[in-house]
Amino acid sequence: MAAPIDVHSAAAEAAAEIAHARKDILRIATAGSVDDGKSTLIGRLLFDSKAVFEDQYAAIERASKGDYVDLALLTDGLRAEREQGITIDVAYRYFTTPRRTFILADTPGHVQYTRNMVTGASTADLAIVLVDARKGMVEQSRRHAFLASLLRVPHLVVAVNKMDLVDWSEEVYEGIRDEFSAFAAKLDVPDLTVVPIAALQGDNVVTRSANMPWYQGASLLHHLEHVHVASDRNLVDTRFPVQYVIRPQSDAFHDYRGYAGRVAAGVLRPGDEVQVLPSGLTTTVAAIDGPDGPVDAAFPPMSVTVRLADDLDVSRGDLICRPHNAPHVTQDLDALVCWMADTPLVPRMRLAVKHTTRTVRAMVKELQYRLDVNTLHREPDAPSLGLNDIGRVRLRTTQPLFVDDYHRNRVTGRFILIDEATNATVGAGMLTPAG
Amino acid sequence: MTTADHRLTQLQTLEAESIHVLREVAAESERPVLLFSGGKDSIVMLELARKAFAPARIPFPVMHVDTGLNFPEVLEFRDKRVAELGVDLVVASVPDAIAAGTVREEPNGSRNRIQTPVLLDAVEQHGFTALFGGARRDEDKARAKERVFSFRDEFGQWDPKNQRPELWDLYNGRTHLGESIRVFPLSNWTELDIWGYIAQEEIAIPQLYLARERDVVDRQGMLYAVNEFITPRDGEQVLRESVRYRTVGDANLTAAVRSTATNVEEVIAEIAVTRLTERGATRGDDKVSDAAMEDRKKEGYF
Repeated sequence: MAAPIDVHSAAAEAAAEIAHARKDILRIATAGSVDDGKSTLIGRLLFDSKAVFEDQYAAIERASKGDYVDLALLTDGLRAEREQGITIDVAYRYFTTPRRTFILADTPGHVQYTRNMVTGASTADLAIVLVDARKGMVEQSRRHAFLASLLRVPHLVVAVNKMDLVDWSEEVYEGIRDEFSAFAAKLDVPDLTVVPIAALQGDNVVTRSANMPWYQGASLLHHLEHVHVASDRNLVDTRFPVQYVIRPQSDAFHDYRGYAGRVAAGVLRPGDEVQVLPSGLTTTVAAIDGPDGPVDAAFPPMSVTVRLADDLDVSRGDLICRPHNAPHVTQDLDALVCWMADTPLVPRMRLAVKHTTRTVRAMVKELQYRLDVNTLHREPDAPSLGLNDIGRVRLRTTQPLFVDDYHRNRVTGRFILIDEATNATVGAGMLTPAG
Repeated sequence: MTTADHRLTQLQTLEAESIHVLREVAAESERPVLLFSGGKDSIVMLELARKAFAPARIPFPVMHVDTGLNFPEVLEFRDKRVAELGVDLVVASVPDAIAAGTVREEPNGSRNRIQTPVLLDAVEQHGFTALFGGARRDEDKARAKERVFSFRDEFGQWDPKNQRPELWDLYNGRTHLGESIRVFPLSNWTELDIWGYIAQEEIAIPQLYLARERDVVDRQGMLYAVNEFITPRDGEQVLRESVRYRTVGDANLTAAVRSTATNVEEVIAEIAVTRLTERGATRGDDKVSDAAMEDRKKEGYF
């Protein structure tokens, strides 16, 4: 800070508004093949939305080797990444506009780091897949679009980049758009938007570009600011996995017994009749404590503490729901699994399953098929799933889990697989209807 | 806090996420500890821990790696806060380690590097299995790469090329004996979020964060307050300036910034328009090399 900033009370008010605004947080994952310009695009978004500070800019200016300041250096922060000029692991970036706050996961394009792309996309509301206009759709574009749809990222944006290198050609853009739309139709993409851009100069990134007058749509940032995400949550099927039991055992709170956790779906209110799984016992919600005291409703993604009217035996791993709207209680899991370990997944393998707040042991009963992510062809005879493979698997767990299909509820429909020998996270699973 | 359309504010969303992380570790980890330095991020983290387990007490101790170079005001604040909350405080002392000969003072006077072995010794001695840190991903490009649950081997080392995949909010905190997990509940908070939360919750902070007239010396454009660790060198002029601290680290390394912000709202107003990162503006130690933070983290630093 070179000179003191004159702080008027109006500025303080404006700042307080920035900090307190009831703004959405939009979580974005970017994907795309190597050299499609992801890091440059992100650098451009950060730079043009003034999220790049002078000292950061000075640092990348020093590190840039070419004729221009390499904005990609803003994101590739690891030594090995700079050496190789590639993104190895997810980097998270933050920027804000008057309308929204953005958490951006910059994920790697290399096939060998697909698991890191899945890491970045798993929490995303929106995925941006970059395509190089000169090359069109390649294997990685298909893979990433498919992974985004598999993870049910609600919104998909295809950014056709490097339009400057194809003379701003409308025909090239339309060809890629049509090819991508045809591919997306085979997936389950509820919302697809295609934007032609040139990230290096910033065309159609923050503002509309005069170089592509034939494009009538919004700039990328305008789309990110306005895409509607509030309806992407399930507010119908109440699900409250118990995470931690709070028992103060103090004189002031002698009888306090609260069930802490994060609302996975639905809305929970004091007075609601509820059922506790696995016991199946019913009671009513006596009170709900939020971080600042009692609240009249709890909904995703709130972390609250629920107090029940009756003294039931409830512990971590149990689930509170409404009677007549319970999840499936099952020891048989049918799921699409993204495998993330060098050691392949094979039938009869034993693993730990972490699902909501419950961790159980499981055995791979069957590998039903492996999926070719390019053709979406099912290979029923595949003997195993290798690193970065995706396939449909049936697991048998030692204890019941309380599950929903992933398309109905992303929280109760997902799990991770852990290798109990190495403790590594080796797989991500999304539950599908049996059959 | 609820509204008809069931939406949360940005800060409520971040708060819910952090509380979830704190509870998950308390439920699954055998012996967690929260790193508390008395700086603004760890103050917010401790407040979130209080809320996560209220009305019960925080179910784990807090630890401070004391370099012996702290601002006295920050240490006072630390002790006061710990007493108010009734949590146990573990102090891992760098001066004690120097006296015992387990680490050696570095020629440049910075105890940043030698903090790491002292931290790791304390972790081993107390058998801590999970360590909460107040680091945020917006602080540094190496931190931007960090998971919420960061696996560390028995030497506390971070391997950025081989991080555990972290799917959704299903965190894997499993470790073998000697290994540990660094947990960052504030990963997704920015500097402005931290200040917004301090304002909203009216959280007490050390007065160093607010501007007042202080005696400073100008070293390569950075303003260091004159104190028991910083004395004017030959030819250096002592200036009387209105300054505050954006970060609070060791008193011999942390620079102040020119400011007229005497309350939290005014601090927020300044930060909203500043063109320098907090570390760029105040930390001499991160300028050693372009990958200084990455290198320190690989050695076991937070």
